Amino acid sequence: MTAMLSIDGLWKSFAGFVATRDVTFELLAGETHAVIGPNGAGKTTFFNLITGHLRPDKGSVSFEGRDLVGLPPQKIVRLGIARSFQRINIYPRLTVFENVQVALIAHEGQQWNLFRPGRSLHRQGTQELLELVGLASEAEETAGELSYGKQKQLELAIALASQPRLLLLDEPTAGMSPQETGETIASVRDIVKARGLTLLFTEHDMSVVFGIAERISVLHHGEIIASGTPDAVRNDPEVKRVYLGEHAHG
Amino acid sequence: MPQRRDLIASAIVVLLLALLPLAGSRYAIDLTTEVMIYALFALSLNVLIGFTGNISFGHAAYFAIGGYACAILLTTYGWPLALALPAAVVLAGLVAAVVGYFCVRLTQIYFAMLTLAFAMLVWGVAFKWKEVTGGDDGFTGIKMPEIIAHHVGYFYFTLVVVAAGIAALWVICHSAFGLTLVAIRENSVRAGFIGVDTRHMRWAAFTVAGTFGGLAGALFGMYHRGMYIENAFWTESANVLIMVLLGGIYSFIGPIIGAAVLHLLQTFTNQYTPYWPTVLGLILLVIVMVLPDGLIGLVRRVRARGGRP
Ligand SMILES: Nc1ncnc2c1ncn2[C@@H]1O[C@H](COP(=O)(O)OP(=O)(O)OP(=O)(O)O)[C@@H](O)[C@H]1O
Ligand SMILES: [Mg+2]
Repeated sequence: MTAMLSIDGLWKSFAGFVATRDVTFELLAGETHAVIGPNGAGKTTFFNLITGHLRPDKGSVSFEGRDLVGLPPQKIVRLGIARSFQRINIYPRLTVFENVQVALIAHEGQQWNLFRPGRSLHRQGTQELLELVGLASEAEETAGELSYGKQKQLELAIALASQPRLLLLDEPTAGMSPQETGETIASVRDIVKARGLTLLFTEHDMSVVFGIAERISVLHHGEIIASGTPDAVRNDPEVKRVYLGEHAHG
Repeated sequence: MPQRRDLIASAIVVLLLALLPLAGSRYAIDLTTEVMIYALFALSLNVLIGFTGNISFGHAAYFAIGGYACAILLTTYGWPLALALPAAVVLAGLVAAVVGYFCVRLTQIYFAMLTLAFAMLVWGVAFKWKEVTGGDDGFTGIKMPEIIAHHVGYFYFTLVVVAAGIAALWVICHSAFGLTLVAIRENSVRAGFIGVDTRHMRWAAFTVAGTFGGLAGALFGMYHRGMYIENAFWTESANVLIMVLLGGIYSFIGPIIGAAVLHLLQTFTNQYTPYWPTVLGLILLVIVMVLPDGLIGLVRRVRARGGRP
């Protein structure tokens, strides 16, 4: 397999605090890859650097051979990288349906159409995405009034609407009930398989991580301290010491 | 597509307005003309405020540019209305595009302050450029085409132009473009992550708002047979902003209601007391304290309560 995303010597600091320290990383096309690490390890920052939300201080990010550093999020998503957010990031006063519909409109470049009625576009595509994440019956509800778990599912639907080849999910099940977690992970796995997506995700729930990841990278204080198959990572002494061990006790 | 019910309701309103000159006094006709012009002005501002989430404190600038340009082209240059009016509207839109180019680099209060600064600049030009604008004497004695010189003719002219303007704004606000603007208002960061260039979109919204504001201004100048520097002053920007807030920013027709209510209140208050600014202050207080979604929001809340089984 070839590398879809290659990251080399990536650094990012906030007012002297180093959140990403010399990260070198390769994501293979088609793989499902988890990034784990304790709170504050720099997982979200890492995603922000890839998707253009933050600009690295140093280092390179290249996606299918294209340099992403300096590109704004709207350009990067058009190259085929979409993401969901750890903290809910939806359009609270729009309906659930419109939240997804507007992403499809943007994906098709129709946001500059001043004449076509927005609500008539992509009705079927929107419906299909809502069914996929299990929100079809909430379509007409105001997004901001959904339960937390459902808002997370909406996050996923919005990201999928951009029809990415690489999907980044930042703690897709955080705050969900065990049942919602199970359903979400099952549908993520199905979607990834059906669409042939490459998936990079962060997650604190180790049963989810070890259940679906083909490879795992461990971040600690902004550094990747281990990267490899689930078994290799599970048995890595450094990882056990800083992360998994502490989880086992907690 | 507009709901059938909305289309019928709009048609009825236009029809009733068209009948007004048969029954109404000159006073009623003039007052209605004014309300229609302010309604278009307020709606144009709401493209920025309600739909895009950007508060402009300088919308009077485009109103004034449209008004002065139309007046000057008709009178100084003797252009026919069919050229002067579109040219004035295009000019207002172009100036809005130039000003907007800089303003949309900023957000929130900094954006608002920059719109105010540019509006003061426009006021300054109207004040200083005496040979062209008449300075603080105003630009008076606008030459009006024969058919709309009479107040009834002007009423019908305004009705047609405002109805067309509102229809155009309706289409724009409900288009894919309009829906995307609402997404930017709701969460501009997320809008970036679905592939929307939010700065360009806000720029376009600014230009649309300025263009239609200019159209309202052109109608206003011809109606009053003159343009005055006060029309470009920041108080005028504040006035239209209050109309928008009073009606409600989250609905398309809110600003129309706000414009009508505020203008009628102002007219009646002025007949009895010299304290309009005080009344305006009280209205603003009420909006901020109890009507955050304006009158439309109030109606919706009352309906929701009444509809409960
Ligand atoms: N914009 C920012 N400004 C300043 N500091 C930041 C910023 N973003 C992140 N940080 C800091 O960088 C560190 C890494 O944060 P990050 O959110 O990437 O961690 P994380 O691994 O995603 O944590 P969690 O598991 O809690 O989500 C934290 O100490 C955080 O406080
Ligand atoms: Mg995080």
